[in-house]
Amino acid sequence: MDQKKKGDKMIVTNIDAVPGKNIVEHYGIVQGSTVRAKHVGVDCIAGCQNTFGGELKGYSTLLEESRKEAITRMEQQAGHLGANAVINVRFGTSTITQGASEILAYGTAVKVE
Amino acid sequence: MDLIIFLVFVGGAYLIGQHIEKSHYKEIEKKESACLHIPSVTSKKIVNLDEVLDAKLVFGNVVISGDYFKMIVASLLNFFGGRVTPYEKLLDRARREAILRMKQDASSMDADMIINTRFEMSKLDSMARGGGGTGMFEIIAYGTAVKLAKK
Repeated sequence: MDQKKKGDKMIVTNIDAVPGKNIVEHYGIVQGSTVRAKHVGVDCIAGCQNTFGGELKGYSTLLEESRKEAITRMEQQAGHLGANAVINVRFGTSTITQGASEILAYGTAVKVE
Repeated sequence: MDLIIFLVFVGGAYLIGQHIEKSHYKEIEKKESACLHIPSVTSKKIVNLDEVLDAKLVFGNVVISGDYFKMIVASLLNFFGGRVTPYEKLLDRARREAILRMKQDASSMDADMIINTRFEMSKLDSMARGGGGTGMFEIIAYGTAVKLAKK
């Protein structure tokens, strides 16, 4: 029956349920955030690319990494509470100062069975 | 003399910007037809959750910027009002690209569908020290990739 069990991997979804499982306990909101800045080199290249438009690859990767980091931190926080899944996850981004932005991920920590 | 430099700059930005846009649209269309087997929907009630084997949060992001030509056209249009087509196209490209990246993320787990897809967008302009107000945006698309039980 438990042949599909993969260790203690945290299940993260942005729907309000975990498929195939029942929520047995709520632990409230959990969040993970990270503030990132890119070094001057990438910033300069982005400044040049800004002239002609198009995608800024340097920033795309920067923000992708940051978002993964934010999710990991959110998972850690949920893990400390004893949860094994995070549902209803949402993202947010905001610019803090020049060259730095905050990436936020938040959701509801739950225990599923 | 200043005017010539300005015109060369704007003209160059226009030509290169157009070229980038066209090749990007071609690439998007090619990738979109390759990704048709993973539909992404905004609804979450479309699948019966009992039939789902595996679920995972997937996302794709794109940082995109306008060019000087777009900026000038936009500031002119700002005066008269109406549709700002250059930026409409820019954001359309970025959103479609973000969806494609999300689908790529989903295909790594062999997903059948992405449900509850959401978009998020933020302006990052002050992040670039050299950027001259051409507008820089991050677009992210995220959703839950699900793997369905085969019938």
